[in-house]
Amino acid sequence: MRDVINNYRFKDMYTKQVLEHFRNPRNLGKLKNHNTVGQEGNPSCGDVMKIYLKIDSRKNKEGKIEEYIKDIKFETLGCAAAIAVSSLLTEAAKGKSVLEAKKITKEDILKDAGGLPPAKIHCSMLGIDALRTAIKNYEDKK
Amino acid sequence: MKIYLDHSATTPVDEKVLKAMNPYFSEKFGNATSIHMFGQAASVAVQNARENTALFLSCDPKEVVFTSGATEANNIAILGLVRALETKRGLGKIHIITSTIEHPAVLECFQFLERNNDNVEVDYIPVDKEGVVDLDKLEKKIKENTVLISVMYVNNETGAVQPLEKISEIIEKTKEKRAQENSKFPLYFHTDAVQAANFFSCNVKNLKVDLLSLSGHKVYGPKGIGVLFVKEKTLLMAVQFGGHQERGLRSGTLNVPGIVGMGEALLLAKGQRKENFEKVSKLRDLLIEEVKKNIPKSVLNGDQKNISPSHANISFEGAEGEAVLLDLDFEGIAVSTGSACASGSLKPSHVLLAMGIPSKEAHSAIRFTLDKENTKEEIELVVKKLSAVVSRIRKMAPEIAKK
Repeated sequence: MRDVINNYRFKDMYTKQVLEHFRNPRNLGKLKNHNTVGQEGNPSCGDVMKIYLKIDSRKNKEGKIEEYIKDIKFETLGCAAAIAVSSLLTEAAKGKSVLEAKKITKEDILKDAGGLPPAKIHCSMLGIDALRTAIKNYEDKK
Repeated sequence: MKIYLDHSATTPVDEKVLKAMNPYFSEKFGNATSIHMFGQAASVAVQNARENTALFLSCDPKEVVFTSGATEANNIAILGLVRALETKRGLGKIHIITSTIEHPAVLECFQFLERNNDNVEVDYIPVDKEGVVDLDKLEKKIKENTVLISVMYVNNETGAVQPLEKISEIIEKTKEKRAQENSKFPLYFHTDAVQAANFFSCNVKNLKVDLLSLSGHKVYGPKGIGVLFVKEKTLLMAVQFGGHQERGLRSGTLNVPGIVGMGEALLLAKGQRKENFEKVSKLRDLLIEEVKKNIPKSVLNGDQKNISPSHANISFEGAEGEAVLLDLDFEGIAVSTGSACASGSLKPSHVLLAMGIPSKEAHSAIRFTLDKENTKEEIELVVKKLSAVVSRIRKMAPEIAKK
């Protein structure tokens, strides 16, 4: 599979990272023991992303209690870029403190993706929005 | 393994076509307008191709204008006609009509005139849910100053065959009425026949069209060549200027190898038309049947009885088209999609939306376009792979979006 992706002619459109995450998405599916979800849709392009989070507490380096993303999963209806971006986002967020996860930006995800075609950049924002909504829903419940 | 099911995008150059073209690159390279023997050799070949094209269209060779492609043919037909009527006739405000499902090469000409020419009024005729132009609405939209109706022969996305002969009847009726009223407004009929040429008769006398566009690379000819049929006495003005080639309608050194290829391709298309219609219809029907049998929630966009034999445009609810296309491509299967995500804009296919198909379904549309070289085995394999691909993509979607 990796060879196919490396030699793939779509490489001018999608980077190796994007194709790899589209073909083998990480953290895909429902998270059974989640304690919050966030869903965002883009009405104009029709994409829908759903992020499931299991938020837990741990002691950080300074010995303080902090909340962090213990586990994360996603479901996406959308194009290859939307799927890949969701997968990349879950990797970026997993294990991060909630505080840090909230700070993940479009630029961070674009960097992980190795870039996206200009028309696809809105896809990356949708994932971040879904993550932030999930965190907000968790905080609102507290 | 590679399976090509995107023949509406382009077709391979037929070997016979390539063979016919070959001498006209390096050996008989002359400029067809030169008087010397080099030019004459090229000129003879062009004349021969013009006659083959005329045979295909059942028209006079003088009525054939070679262009760089169907886009240019459409532009000359629409912009050239409006320019000629404005300059030569001084008719004041004129009205032109097209459909909502045209190829951008027609639609954007109309939109350009609508935005930039105060003399031109434009109407777009809607289609029914099967993607066929609404004849009643068309008839009602014709005004006393309507000078052009442009409706495609076969839609490129769905394959829906448009009722050209019925449109001709409406036009003839209008013209008779105008003759009685001594109207100063002529009425012309243009059709973009690019997607029809492989399977449907393009006899311009039967179709009763004044202008008809064709493309080389959709009929197993080369890219960069097209044809505009211009019926004698049709008022038309050039949209580009230069050396007066093609009766001044399309200036520019003649693309001799392209023209030779076009002529040869149309000759072959005419000979194979009926046989191909039968053969490709059967394959396409098999594809639709197998998809329906094996893939739940798949919907054919269009009426199977009224679409080109090559076409099957199918929506797979809950599976975004570009994702399906890309996955199929990894499997060696080439298709196309109505999804916005493959087009660079956010809006899905204007054709599917015009048919009243919800945007969500339009995003999940895959266009399969077959040809005579495809086989039953290929179609069976495609359905097997497609079934797995659609299922993988559907599984990724959240429940709420699946509905």
